[in-house]
Parts: sequence; structure tokens; C-alpha cells
Amino acid sequence: MSDFFTVTFTVATFASGVRLATPYLLAALGETLGQRSGVLNLGVDGVMLLGAFFSYWAVLQTDSITVGLLVGIGVGLLLGAAYAAVTVVFRAEQGISGIGIFLFGLGMSALLFEEWVGTPRPISSFDKLAIPLLSDIPKIGDMFFNHNLLVYVSMLLVPGLTLLVNRTTFGLNVRAVGETPEAADSLGVSVARTRAICILVGNGLAGLAGAALAIEIGIFQHNITNQMGFIAIALVYFGAWRPTGVVAGSLLYGLVTSTVNQWKTAGLVTGAASSFTTMAPALLTIVALVVIARRSAAQPAALTLPFERGH
Amino acid sequence: MPSSTRARSRRATLARLGGISVGGSAVILALLIGAAMILGLGANPLEGYAELLKGAFGGTEELAESAAKAMPLLLVGTGICVAFRAKVINIGGEGQIIAGGLLSTVTALAVPDLPPIVLIPLVLLMGLVGGAIWGGIPGALKAYLGVNEILSTIMLNLVAVQLFNYLLRAPLMDPRQIELGTRIPQTERLSENADLPILIEGTRFHLGVIVALVAAAVAWFFLWRTTTGYRVRAVGASAAAARYAGMPVKRMTMLALTISGALCGLAGACLVFGSETHRLQTEGFATGFTGSAGFNGIVAALFGGLHPLFTIPSSFLFGGLLVGANAMQRVIQIPVDLVIGLNGLIVVFVVSSNTLRERLSRYLSIAGEAAEHDDLVVDPPSASVEAASPDSAGSGSSGADSASGDGADPVRTPESEP
Repeated sequence: MSDFFTVTFTVATFASGVRLATPYLLAALGETLGQRSGVLNLGVDGVMLLGAFFSYWAVLQTDSITVGLLVGIGVGLLLGAAYAAVTVVFRAEQGISGIGIFLFGLGMSALLFEEWVGTPRPISSFDKLAIPLLSDIPKIGDMFFNHNLLVYVSMLLVPGLTLLVNRTTFGLNVRAVGETPEAADSLGVSVARTRAICILVGNGLAGLAGAALAIEIGIFQHNITNQMGFIAIALVYFGAWRPTGVVAGSLLYGLVTSTVNQWKTAGLVTGAASSFTTMAPALLTIVALVVIARRSAAQPAALTLPFERGH
Repeated sequence: MPSSTRARSRRATLARLGGISVGGSAVILALLIGAAMILGLGANPLEGYAELLKGAFGGTEELAESAAKAMPLLLVGTGICVAFRAKVINIGGEGQIIAGGLLSTVTALAVPDLPPIVLIPLVLLMGLVGGAIWGGIPGALKAYLGVNEILSTIMLNLVAVQLFNYLLRAPLMDPRQIELGTRIPQTERLSENADLPILIEGTRFHLGVIVALVAAAVAWFFLWRTTTGYRVRAVGASAAAARYAGMPVKRMTMLALTISGALCGLAGACLVFGSETHRLQTEGFATGFTGSAGFNGIVAALFGGLHPLFTIPSSFLFGGLLVGANAMQRVIQIPVDLVIGLNGLIVVFVVSSNTLRERLSRYLSIAGEAAEHDDLVVDPPSASVEAASPDSAGSGSSGADSASGDGADPVRTPESEP
């Protein structure tokens, strides 16, 4: 039993947890913005898959991680534009159209991978970027300040998004549109434009999350996300629609996953029993959802409701 | 009055035809995009699609194969219809299929020597039970604790896959795999007494297909001919109104997800005992066993207008597409994943076209009304009020974009009566 603890509470496990949390965090922050404007995007996983594939492919072609990340964002923006058209212009049911986007991403990423790449080849992964001085702090330095650039960017997005939503006119519009679109509309705030911008940014972040995943792993494979996008959506609920809550959830999820991985590597959990540890984060999420459901007042009032003027 | 019933049913039929034509356009549009992609990937789309059609519907064997592939789609799709009527979104089909498959497999392993006449119904029942449990959990969580069912069903999918992996790697593993040391995660060949009989010699058309058809018919009967079914629909139409009318809203919500799960579980049992290998096996993911039916069934149900009976032809079409995609892959080397992607597009198109569909069906219902008058059948006032109301008349004749009236629930087709 003591082995469990010595393996669990190491700097390496913690640092790996922070890294694993990054794709979840990016996708969940994007989803948070969308949901605050009243739009549920269940297609995150599909967007992540396509973002992951295209950025993997781009890095394979150009050997540039920057290009890969930009391609990931670009794919996200394109799919975001499509999703904005579907949900804002055509006012389609959001839950279902999201599943459509998911299936599209699942099928197309596998198809293009088969056709364009075939046998998986590894790509160069992120370079570590140690932050001067801070990374020299014992333990804490390795836990938080010795990661790749994207980890820092995703962490900086947390206060960034909080400020955007709570302290800017645009953020006020977002919240108004997500709570009472009729009132926002009557005050001259364009519900459609505000929601479309949030969807675009949210999907761009989902695409970036996919890119982060593929480049972190250094390879693409069929269904590489294994429903990470759906977990990211759950994390938005877990975080009660606040970036600070979302980052806490993402870190927790990353830590649980990295701990489980460490247990497996150390041979503490072997064979069939490892299925239970793999299942643990999902069970944890269900428990969290039950707890969160009690304060469902935090949910944007107009979430999933299409807006149509005059109704 | 009989004339009013006839008038209404003719209008409903016309309205539904409108819905089907919009759905048909969605499929055609998706296939055109697919053709462009095939072209872009350097293959001949005409050759591919010809091969797809031949592989899906080209002969008795192909038709039977498509029907067998349609079986889980129809069962999942029927479950989706029931859930959606209660305004519950069930994305847990994959997990519920696995739960049903597992419980029925365990049953067949426990009592392999029962005669087929007992064992087959028993394993099917256990499939229902397994799925009902896996659907009932998120149902109860939603009804009594307010947990979002979309998220809980997805999480339960992940849990089911891992449970599946565990059981097949340890307690349920074929003893011969352990003996040989190959340790392929699969059960032994399950009792022959539980094999679903093949109904057309030399094909894959097994009893499960009939089971699925019966299930769709029963679901239709349940939704539109029983009090409980009426309540389920009432809760979906307006939970507040249903509560005001004294209906047990929470119980109906839970019931809808439980039924939905049970039908998926039945699909799981039929997949196991109708399979060619007659064992349950895993490759670590759900898709190997379920064939993504938990998701594709949603597509079939949507395309069938969320009506169990219309989901029958719709499932057959999508089953055929999946079977045909394999044939296409053999000839022009375009992976079957194309069809999964196109299914996603079809979903997006179908839900996006609801504004259009509503307008079209309303227009057709007015046309039906006019036809009734041509026949000199006197309509009771209640039936003609609908056509005379300014809302429907306005949106039928004008092309204004924002004319769609009651867009409160875009998924539902406007005619909820069969």
C-alpha cells in the first residue's frame, strides 16, 4: 500500500498530470465561453479529432510545431463557422447537431489518416520551456514551471477568460445573451453575432486542444481522443461555468489520469484490473455531476435554447 | 367523425412525405459531398457508389446482410424515439448495448443447457434487463437529482467499455485462451441453444431482425396507444403542463431512458447471439462489438422523423450504407470511415433543415386540406381551424425566412400523430 503513495505523490506524476490536463483545459475553456453565451457544443470531440489529425499531418509535412498548432486552430475555426451556421442561423437542436459534428470528425479523421498517412510515423513533440527563476524552486518548479509553452498559455487563458467574461463589455453581452437573450436583443445586443463569436473562439480552442494532444503524444491514431471532448464538456459543468472551476477540474482529471498511468507503469496495477483504474475518471465525473447538479442555478438560463426574435 | 380522421391522416401523410423529402435531400447532399471527397482522394466516386449500392441491396444475400446490420440501428433508433418523445437525449447507446450483451452472455454461460425455446427468450430478456439498468441509472440521476443525461450517459459509455474489457480479460475469458496462453479477450463459444436461428438459409438474416421489427411496432403501440405512452409524450411536450395535469413527470423521464436503454440492451443480446462467431469479444474499444450502433442508431431515428415505424426503413437504409461501404472499400480502397463521417453530415443537415421542413410540411398540410375540399368532404370546424390560422397560412405562402411558427422544439417533426 505504501508503494501506491510513494508512486502517486511524486513530482513527476504531478508534472505529467499538469501536462495531461492541458488539452482538457483548452477544450473546456472554449466550451465554457460557448455555454456562457447559451450554446451547447457537443461536437468538441469531433473538432478535437480533426484538429489533432490536421495538426499532426501539418507537422509531418513541415516539421514545424507552430504550423501544427495554427492548423489546429484553423480547423477549429472552420468547424466553428459551420456550427455557428447550424445552431445560430438554422437554429438546429444543439445536442443532436453536436453529435453530428462528433461523428463527422470521428469518420473523417480516420478516413484522412488512412488515405494520407497510412502507417503512423512519429512527429517531433513540444520543447520544454523552463521559466527562469521560477523553475528553480525545488519541486514546485518542476511541477508548474518546466513545461511546454502551451501549458502556460492554457493556464494564462484562465484569468484571461475570467476577465473577458466578467470585466468587459463583450463579456457582459455574452452573459446577457446566455441568460436572457430577449432582454439583450431589446437593448440592441446582437444575439446571433455574440453567440457566433463565442462558438468560433470555443471551437478554435477545441481545435488547438486536439493539436496539443497529437503533438504531446507525437503521433496520431484512430479515435485518439477517446471521448476526451465529452469529458471536457463535463468539466464545464464540474467547474460551474467558471474558468477557475474548470481549471480545478481539469487539473484533478489530469492528476487522476497520470496517477493511474504511474500505477500501471510501476506494475502496481496489472492485467485486467487496469480496466478499473481506466474507468475511475469517468466514475469520478459521474459523482461530480451528481454533486454539481445540486447547484444547477449556475447554469446559463438560455443554454441550448435557440433564439428567434419575436418569440 | 370518420371524415375528420381521414382528412387528418391524409394531411399527416402529406406532411410526413414533406419531411421525408427533406431527409432524402440531406442524404443526397451528404453523398454528393462524399463523392467530392472520394474524387479528391483520387478514386472514382461513381464506381464507388455503384459498388456501395450493389453491396448493400444487390441481391438476397446483400439485402439480408443489410437487414442484419440494420437490426441494432433499429433497436437503438426505436429507443431514441421513445427517449426523445420524453425530451431525453440518450447518447449512452454504446454502453447500454454492451451492458445488454454482457448480461445475456453471462446468462448463457450460467445456464447453457436450457432448451432453445427457453434459453433464447431468456438471453433476450437479460439483454433487455442489462440495457434497462444501464439506461435506468442516468434516467434516475436525471429525474431525481437533475444530472444532465447527455453527460452521464457518455460517462457510462466509458465505464461500460472498461467493464467489458475487464470481464473479457479475466472472469469471462475463454478457458482455452488461458490454456493456450494466447489470451485473446473473448468468451468461449456460447451455448448453441442460444444461437438466434437463421431464418433465410445461407444468409445472415437471423431472428434478431424480427425481434427488432416487433420492438419497433411495440414501441409505436406503447407511445400512441397506451396511457403511459401518452404520459411520456406529454412530459416531453411540456413537463410543466404534464405536472399541472398531475402526471408523474420524474417517473416518466426515468421510464423513457430505461426503455431506451432496454432496447439498446436487446440489440446487444441480438448482436452476441446472432453473430457469426457466437462469442462476445473485444478489441479494447466499444466499436468492435457495437459497430458504433449506439451513435448510428441516433442517425437512423432522426432520419425516421423520431417515429418508430419510420425508423424501420431508415435503419434499413443506414444498415445498407454500412454494408455497402465495406464493398466499396474492397473495390476503390476508400475506408468505411467515410460513411461514419457522412452519417455525421446527414445528422447536421437533417437537424438544420427543420425550419425548412416545418414550412414544407405545413404547406403540404394546407395542400392536403385543399384536396379534401376538392373531394367535397365536409371538414369539421376543428380540423380547418389549423389551416385557417394566420400563422400556418402565412408561413405556407410567404417565403420569409423567419416565418416558422412554433420552433420551440426543432427536433420533433410537427406531426406527432401517426
